Amino acid sequence: MMRTTPFHPRLSELSQTQMWGNWAGYLSAIRFDLSSKHEYFGVRNAAGLFDTSPLFKYWIRGRDAERFCSYVFARDARGLKPGRAQYTIWCDDAGFVMEDGVLFRFSSDEFLLTAAEPNAGYLRGLARPFDVEIVDASEEFASLALQGPRSAAILSALSSDIGGLRYFGFTETKIADANVVVSRTGFSGDLGYEVMVPSGEALQVLDAILEAGRPHGLRPYGEEALSMTRIEAGLPLIGVEFTSSRYAYTEHERFTPDELGLGWLLKGIDDPTRPFIGREAILAERANGTTRWSTVGVTIEWADFYELFDSRGQLAVPDEIPVGWETMIYNDRDKRIGYATSFMYSPVLQRHIGIARIKPKYAEPGTEVYIEQTVNHEYINVRATVTKLPFYNPERKTA
Amino acid sequence: MTDTQRYDAIVIGGGHNGLTNAAYLAKAGQRVLVLEQHNIVGGAAITEELRPGFNFTTFSYALSLLRPEIIAELDLVRFGFMPLYMRSHFAPMDNGDYFLIGPDAAVNRQEIARHSKADVDGMERFEHDTSRVRQFIRPLFDSIPPNLFSDDPADTERMAWLVKHLGNADKKLLHDTVRLLTGSISDFVDDYLESDIIKATICSAACVGIKLGPMSPGSGINWLYLSMGEHDGLGGSWSFHKGGNGGFTQVLARAATAYGADIRLNSHVSALITEGGEVRGVALADGTEFRAPVVVSSLDPRRTFLQIADPRELPADLVETIQRFRFQGITSKVNFALDGVPHYPALGDRTDQYGGFINIAPTVEYMERAYDAAKYGWYSEHPYIDASIQSFIDPDMAPPGKHVMSCYVMYTPYKLKDSTWDAQAENMADRVQATMQRFFPNFNDLVLQREIVTPETIESRTGLSEGNIYAGEFFPHQMYFFRPAPGYSDYRTPIRGYYQCGSGTHPGGCVIGAPGRFASQQILTDTRR
Repeated sequence: MMRTTPFHPRLSELSQTQMWGNWAGYLSAIRFDLSSKHEYFGVRNAAGLFDTSPLFKYWIRGRDAERFCSYVFARDARGLKPGRAQYTIWCDDAGFVMEDGVLFRFSSDEFLLTAAEPNAGYLRGLARPFDVEIVDASEEFASLALQGPRSAAILSALSSDIGGLRYFGFTETKIADANVVVSRTGFSGDLGYEVMVPSGEALQVLDAILEAGRPHGLRPYGEEALSMTRIEAGLPLIGVEFTSSRYAYTEHERFTPDELGLGWLLKGIDDPTRPFIGREAILAERANGTTRWSTVGVTIEWADFYELFDSRGQLAVPDEIPVGWETMIYNDRDKRIGYATSFMYSPVLQRHIGIARIKPKYAEPGTEVYIEQTVNHEYINVRATVTKLPFYNPERKTA
Repeated sequence: MTDTQRYDAIVIGGGHNGLTNAAYLAKAGQRVLVLEQHNIVGGAAITEELRPGFNFTTFSYALSLLRPEIIAELDLVRFGFMPLYMRSHFAPMDNGDYFLIGPDAAVNRQEIARHSKADVDGMERFEHDTSRVRQFIRPLFDSIPPNLFSDDPADTERMAWLVKHLGNADKKLLHDTVRLLTGSISDFVDDYLESDIIKATICSAACVGIKLGPMSPGSGINWLYLSMGEHDGLGGSWSFHKGGNGGFTQVLARAATAYGADIRLNSHVSALITEGGEVRGVALADGTEFRAPVVVSSLDPRRTFLQIADPRELPADLVETIQRFRFQGITSKVNFALDGVPHYPALGDRTDQYGGFINIAPTVEYMERAYDAAKYGWYSEHPYIDASIQSFIDPDMAPPGKHVMSCYVMYTPYKLKDSTWDAQAENMADRVQATMQRFFPNFNDLVLQREIVTPETIESRTGLSEGNIYAGEFFPHQMYFFRPAPGYSDYRTPIRGYYQCGSGTHPGGCVIGAPGRFASQQILTDTRR
């Protein structure tokens, strides 16, 4: 039996399509509107609301909480101050990425981790030698993301504690008489917030946000628009850009942080006072130069895309819905050098974009590569350019 | 004459084509000056805050025809280009029902079936056949027309290409194309559809900007022209630029400036300076002169040839042809500031019908009768209105909870019989407001302010002759290699160094940019010879 999130009764009323997907056993909207692009522009030009309740949430509490977090997670949690959050990953002993999530620090000995996949068993297993307690709070909280340029104005109408929040800061406040945690975080690459609310009070908070959002063009959005915005933001998604190394059968399914473009999380890895899972292997990878892949952006210019179809008698109609498969990438001699894990047409950028894994020697921005497309039932390679990630990064995101 | 007044090229007029032309020339390394008579750029594509927080698209109000090459080649995204999706097309009906089509083709089938089961596949056949015509016409649309009267090898080559291209069409495609280019849109549509509201919705696009009704031969070409646009590659669809079309021309101005062009505002060009049949520069109304070997006019053909240039320096047959070139402005706008959301009873509290255009044209006959008045020098009693509540698409257009609504009004002839627009403007706007009130029962209560733009306003404020929004009508004999005159479709003029880049040249009007772009190609080709 599929479950529904605490927000579902209201979100269901707002859905014109009743198109639901399955996220961790919960109904999750594919799209509410007849057009995902309409929802996407809500995020990019007004505000959008996405139900993130199916995320797993774990309290990490106890005297050793900081020591534990800085051991389990590859990104150093020691500098994380109460009231701040950080994007993080955790690796296996061989230095391959298992998963990613966001770590919130509530106090010196209390953290909260949000993750897309279940980790209670994994965390508890590692926690035995530490004075920490892992509490699965996944059903304790409902959560939603409010993203887009108007998100600050909407939440500020409901709580006076929002305006001062910096990027990746969070605060405990009240909305519609409910105790909530509001963080300036999200998966859209835009100005945005996430709200965690005790499940029992989820609807009253949602109603207050919808009401405050009405004059600002707030609209709920589903997984398709979420995916569009996160690709523009260059943010990897588990199950798309990578899968947990814990469940890999072959080398093709394991990636190191550097291979995923997440090496920046490993600042301070040279510090011997912080052993963490995977550290030795990652240091060895860096010392031996065994990194196999680079994660880059690829873009196709309009003229090349148009010509690809027009010269073969077809209409060139780009599709903003990300494709559900990997797209092969070649060099100028038809040798395969990688693949795009995500690929779509970006309405804001007016060109096709993809997040790609390619051989490091092709990773220099500006390098010309070729992306395989299908036209008239034939594979045809179209010219593309390697670019830096993210594709879309408005100043308001961090301002 | 100081060095600061010497340029490689001077562009007269800072409308979207002038700015596009200047951006291309500057990007190619030319030292370019744009002279704009007003205190903002944009021409007929401006956005004005007429009431605090309420932004009006005074004239032009949506985007579709803009050539995608220009977005890419000028890298406009870098300068803020952002076309917002217009997701729906809403057509209220006299009986309180409506026709509402949106972004989901399968759901649209259901809506069409509500009005006619036969029109479900009728519409799909219509769309496929017209898409093929668009595909066929597009290479002509997107290239400089051959000059039939030239022996330049480039023209011979273009002519050979054209003949070959026409030869590639199958019988039905060529016939459909000629029917659309010469016939009436309602005749064409009758072959596919039976529901009046659906036919009216399609035909309405043929009536924008021309002094013809949907039943008039000649309305087909206007329909085809307006359907040549796209949003994100989807043929015939429209977008609303962030901040309106004024937001778009600001993007163009930023691009032109970044590529090195100078833009000088409040600079009204009064005359061309020539010497021995060659252009030397321009003189402003205040006497200031600027010098350049190339001067490009983005103004319409009447002003380009008969006002800025001295007609005595032009061949008499060209002067005669330009005098014959028809403008006949026919459109007005009434823009509203609204205190809330118009209510359409049959849709209850829904507002998703406002995500695009609102089309007040319940039947083909309604539009044809609206046109009838114009034939005899008067404005429609029941106007055809192409409206849009733009603050639904871009919330930054109005304060939270408030709205701006642009109403494009047909038919309002430039020349009224025995009256003036000064005397009739308020009455015309009253008819528009009464029409909206008829369909939206709370409309009058919502109106905070209205702005009336008549063909005379368009002419006096933008300079477009007779207020014709296309800078010259879309008749077959005023298109392609006849635009603006036989022998002068290549953006050149008889005065060496003097070029045209306005909407009076191929392919034509709307916020399209192609004339500006093609003219820059012609200028750069000539300059490098």
